[in-house]
Amino acid sequence: MLRFIARRILETIPVLFVIVTVTFFMIRFVPGGPFTAEKAVTPEILRNLEAHYGLDQPLWKQYFNYLGSLLHGDLGPSFKYPNRTVNEIIAEKLPVSIELGTEALLVALVLGLTAGVFAAARRNSWLDYGASGLAMVGICVPTFVMGPLLVLVCAIHFGWFNASGWYTPADRVLPALTLGGYYAAYIARLTRGGMLEVLNQDYIRTARAKGASELRIIFRHALRGGLLPVVAFLGPGIADILTGSFVIETIFQIPGLGREFVTSAFNRDYTLITGTVILYAALIIALNLVVDVVQVWLNPKLRFE
Amino acid sequence: MPTLSPKDLPSADLAAGQLEQGHSLWSDAWHRLRKNKPAVFGGVVLIALALLCFLGPLFSQSYEIQNLDLGAAPPSAQHWLGTDTLGRDLFARILFGGRISLLVGLVASVVALIIGVTYGAVAGYLGGKVDTVMMRIVDIMYALPFTIFVILLMVFLKDPMQKVDAWLSQYRWLSFGQGMGKILLLFAAIGAVEWLTMARIVRGQILSVKKMEFIEAARALGYGPGRIIFRHMIPNILGPIIVYTTLTIPAVMLLESFLSFLGLGVDAPMSSWGTLIKDGAEKMEEFPWLLVFPGSIFSLTLFSLNFLGDGLRDALDVRASKD
Repeated sequence: MLRFIARRILETIPVLFVIVTVTFFMIRFVPGGPFTAEKAVTPEILRNLEAHYGLDQPLWKQYFNYLGSLLHGDLGPSFKYPNRTVNEIIAEKLPVSIELGTEALLVALVLGLTAGVFAAARRNSWLDYGASGLAMVGICVPTFVMGPLLVLVCAIHFGWFNASGWYTPADRVLPALTLGGYYAAYIARLTRGGMLEVLNQDYIRTARAKGASELRIIFRHALRGGLLPVVAFLGPGIADILTGSFVIETIFQIPGLGREFVTSAFNRDYTLITGTVILYAALIIALNLVVDVVQVWLNPKLRFE
Repeated sequence: MPTLSPKDLPSADLAAGQLEQGHSLWSDAWHRLRKNKPAVFGGVVLIALALLCFLGPLFSQSYEIQNLDLGAAPPSAQHWLGTDTLGRDLFARILFGGRISLLVGLVASVVALIIGVTYGAVAGYLGGKVDTVMMRIVDIMYALPFTIFVILLMVFLKDPMQKVDAWLSQYRWLSFGQGMGKILLLFAAIGAVEWLTMARIVRGQILSVKKMEFIEAARALGYGPGRIIFRHMIPNILGPIIVYTTLTIPAVMLLESFLSFLGLGVDAPMSSWGTLIKDGAEKMEEFPWLLVFPGSIFSLTLFSLNFLGDGLRDALDVRASKD
């Protein structure tokens, strides 16, 4: 097991390297630079700016400079936020996104797993139809419709919450529900599918024949195998949820990293784009590794492969 | 292992009645699909919506004529779904927007289908080192946040597309009016990121049919790889391909509306469901119908597509899996 993990970690190094390289060159081939949008920049100022950020050097030199500082964990200065480094921006915005993400994840897991398990246990009952139907609604109503609707009803009409902002604990409720509800719907569907598959297997029949109670069958025997598809989905899912959602952060005016993700691409803020992409990719790779380990733990069959 | 429950099997008397005619996988599947009520509902709604969106604008009011004196009016006998802040008929705008959203969904899915099937089939067929490298590339692309990729692509191709636009506008019958270039760009950008899962699925399926006897027979007859892949292998794995394509369309439509939300969608006076929802979300406090109607139609469409996709998956007995 340790060897497996060590090998997988070593394998990620070239992958990360390729991602850094591809992103670095891809953004620089997009016409226009970080300073082209600014008005009233005389050629001299532009030259000075570019010299300050090292943009006047040949591309290959910029690339190796960047790689060098990256090895020291330095993501470079931001081009659009004067006097701020990418590290500082991420350190300031990421915790907000992580907090919202954790709360949303909690909502998603609690709602999704409960609905999925119950729907599978009572297959083709009204409970199943209700839960599956609700899950379908959650998948088909995009967050940028669900969010404003929740604001319209819960904040503007009933006045239970603030329409936007990120100050009091109550401000967390609507964003976490909007973001978590979407993932809950997916989790519910995957849980139901996974559980149904497992509940049809021979070892469940054996457990039934031996007189195990329905509760014991579901939680003790079926859940472990039934959760496999959910675990596979959660790998990239958690990376998405933790790095922030542009839509949610825009609707609810939350100072998280999700907005930086998108605005940096519009602003051609080279270092900030590369920095956030590296962060996201590293997170995805790390979580996929965790997923692989958890899957082996959940499914003993894989241990011999 | 595919799960079979008694529900999925044709009932005994039905099977007996049909035995003389003999029935293929496809007629079997069609039979099962027709008995799946949500799938039938989805199919009917989709056909109705498509007809309404493509033929409706011929009869409805104009989607672009403004009536500034009227402004945003709630639903009335004259304007069934109300008007937007510029006094444009919302019903007409939703129909026109549906044209673009459905078209983007369909065409981008076809782009993703072609790239994904070809890529996956080549990787699976060649196997070995080529396969490893090709699938590693897919893994890497999975780890890239696709939104940034699409945004960069859209920004990158903006200028060339304006030239295409100018060229297209000479041919009225090809063009949807101004901004056709941007729609083409949407097709390409979305198709370019949505093919990854398809490639994985097709590769896995190709690997599983590769060792079968009929492929060996085809090889023994001296057929080349192209012919074997496209004439012998692909027809045998059409089931998963069809199912996954129907599930790609809603994903693509969501992506289109997300891009519209970022302001990268089609430009006014044109509309897509995504841009209508975006505008509606901004004005919802005063004029909630601007969000509610486009949002419901959009969700209804996704609903129908998902129901149809699920139904097809059950009917063709494709195992539900993500890889």
